[in-house]
Amino acid sequence: MPDSAIPATSRPDMAATSHAYFELLRRRRLYGGILLILFVALMVSGFRLAESRNAGGFIDGLPMLLAFPAEVVAEAWEKRAALPGIFIEHFPSLIETLNIAAVSTLLGGIAAMILALLSTRGLARWPRLTGLFRRLMDMFRAIPEIVIALLLIYILGGGPVPAVIAISLHTAGALGKLFSEAAENADRKPVEGLSSVGATWSQQMWLGVIPQVAPNWLSYALLRFEINVRASAILGFVGEGGIGYDLKIAMQWGMGRYDQVVGIFLLLFMAIVLIDRLSDHLRNRLVKG
Amino acid sequence: MSAIDLSPALSDAVATRFARRRLLSLGIPALVLAYLVYAAISFDLAGLAGRARMDNASVLLSDFWLHKTHVTRQNRTGALSVAIDGEAKGTYPADRLPDWIARDGQTTTIDLGDGHLVTYLPGGARYDVPDYGVIDIREGADGVQLTAPQPLPDWINASDTRVSVTTDAGRFAYTRAKAETFRYQPGWALFFFALDSPFHYMSWPQIAASALWGDRVDPSMPNIVAMAQDFWNNPMWRHGDVIWAMFETVLMAFLGTFGAALIALPLGFMAARNMMPFGPLRFALRRVFDFIRGVDGLIWTIVLARAFGPGPMTGSLAIMLTDTGSFGKMFSEAFENIDEKQVEGIRSTGANGLQRARFGVLPQVMPVLLSQVLYFLESNTRGATVIGAIVGGGIGLLLTQAIQTQKDWEDVAYYMVLIVLTVMAMDSLSGWLRRKLIMGE
Repeated sequence: MPDSAIPATSRPDMAATSHAYFELLRRRRLYGGILLILFVALMVSGFRLAESRNAGGFIDGLPMLLAFPAEVVAEAWEKRAALPGIFIEHFPSLIETLNIAAVSTLLGGIAAMILALLSTRGLARWPRLTGLFRRLMDMFRAIPEIVIALLLIYILGGGPVPAVIAISLHTAGALGKLFSEAAENADRKPVEGLSSVGATWSQQMWLGVIPQVAPNWLSYALLRFEINVRASAILGFVGEGGIGYDLKIAMQWGMGRYDQVVGIFLLLFMAIVLIDRLSDHLRNRLVKG
Repeated sequence: MSAIDLSPALSDAVATRFARRRLLSLGIPALVLAYLVYAAISFDLAGLAGRARMDNASVLLSDFWLHKTHVTRQNRTGALSVAIDGEAKGTYPADRLPDWIARDGQTTTIDLGDGHLVTYLPGGARYDVPDYGVIDIREGADGVQLTAPQPLPDWINASDTRVSVTTDAGRFAYTRAKAETFRYQPGWALFFFALDSPFHYMSWPQIAASALWGDRVDPSMPNIVAMAQDFWNNPMWRHGDVIWAMFETVLMAFLGTFGAALIALPLGFMAARNMMPFGPLRFALRRVFDFIRGVDGLIWTIVLARAFGPGPMTGSLAIMLTDTGSFGKMFSEAFENIDEKQVEGIRSTGANGLQRARFGVLPQVMPVLLSQVLYFLESNTRGATVIGAIVGGGIGLLLTQAIQTQKDWEDVAYYMVLIVLTVMAMDSLSGWLRRKLIMGE
């Protein structure tokens, strides 16, 4: 071995170090390269598979991409004078969609608060059951809203209530996880103080934990409200109720009613942008104080 | 001045602040409650009770986990058929009836369990209900004649042409044309092997034995392959199609999420204030991101479905487009928050712009970006179900179809279980990858 020839007092062999370094680099690059090739191959083959199972191909559809929007916009432009009327006509539906989102954010948020406190280590009412409540939240999060909504439409008939229940359940699961993470970082001293004067669990939570985490929780809830507005519009399109349903009906009418499509679309677009802006602003204020 | 000033002014200020706080802590819940009351009125919650179909709910809940076997005799010909859910593909071969049905010449005895016994006789039928008595039906000249202990309970429904009996054990109906008995049993019938498969008639230990060392059922292939084929092509549950659809849904989420990430990476780079000195381009890109996010996935999905037709590619393009907006915004913010010192260090070695980006910026932001992408991958798996329902691809399509037929509720339950398991699996996969890639093992 050449190494044994070097006396212990001599300076380290720079050549060996740099050789080892380049060896390591080479291996890392190799692994990175293999991963990259694998990833690209997966993407390409996945895309080709998806294309082969699609009704129309990618290249054939590309020129058509703008045809439908162009047709719609052209027709709407001819009838642009009618747009304000369409706005007013569909405004109640927009309010319904927003109400669905707001009520489900509220109900889901309240459920999430309880679930989060019950599943946070150190705060839980029944420490043994934290795992159970966590799995419960996982379940709520995993079930797509559309499944619950469609099943409930079968039982409850149409209307906004199935959508509210579906979105609330999902919100409870999604917010519960975030709430619980925020509550985990809360200072335990107020809770200890409250418990030392004999406060019940709910008093400890209400007075000791919630004031601490309220800004964070509110900010998460606002973000969720943005998401729920979109979900509520989509559920309307698939099920019934709200502006999504109006949009579906207008689309089914097809030619001749595209002014309605554009009107509804613009209404939804403006509402979403407005809500995003508002909630962005509010969240900034909440987090920065 | 003392450190603690207990002047009346301060105590007043504290008192008013307390009062305001107290008002706020009462006022906010009151406001929320008032809003919920308004919403309940506007959603017509009171009218909901009238519209709700609780019988539908019980049908749905029992169909989720029960199956129904129809035992039907055509009275004119005497032909007997035993079929699960009354479907042709669930019909038992005449020589392999379930063991609770016994045939003896013209007589068929159906044991519904708990002492409930239905007997199809020539020219009539009999139903032996424990704690009640024998319901005897004869075909007379002027219709169906019923003999049963009087007074008739409300679970027996009799007329000249039809007698129907509903008990906890099952349902029984007799008309001149046919005698029908429905038996409800827990479990998903024929989930693994349908009736045309030889493995249906084996018990689990027998199946295991035949897979490992038993004689070949089909000489052309090993038993385990035959089992896999029979399972995959099960005509009742169509496992092959369902798994394919689930795979399509995951594929949509995968292609959409990573495609969007690949597109958004350079765009986000160009939209970051510290990377792109040319202001107007930055501004334009940001407005494009805002527009894409504002238009919303629903609209993009509709527009793309018009151009590309239904299918998984349309779904993945829709996810890709929607997420490009979100990723573009998030990525550009991540680029703006980097530590400039590392870029400075790379610059000092004489690196050009591309090299600075590769060695100075990317290693810093990669963990943040990857974590966001993986988080989206999980939520897009769920979203792909909804998009699939709109564009007509993947498990979303199967699910909406099964719900719309309003009878295959066991299929709906199956799809739901599959979706929940897949989403949970994606959740843990993305969590595992996040830990592995970002925190380093």
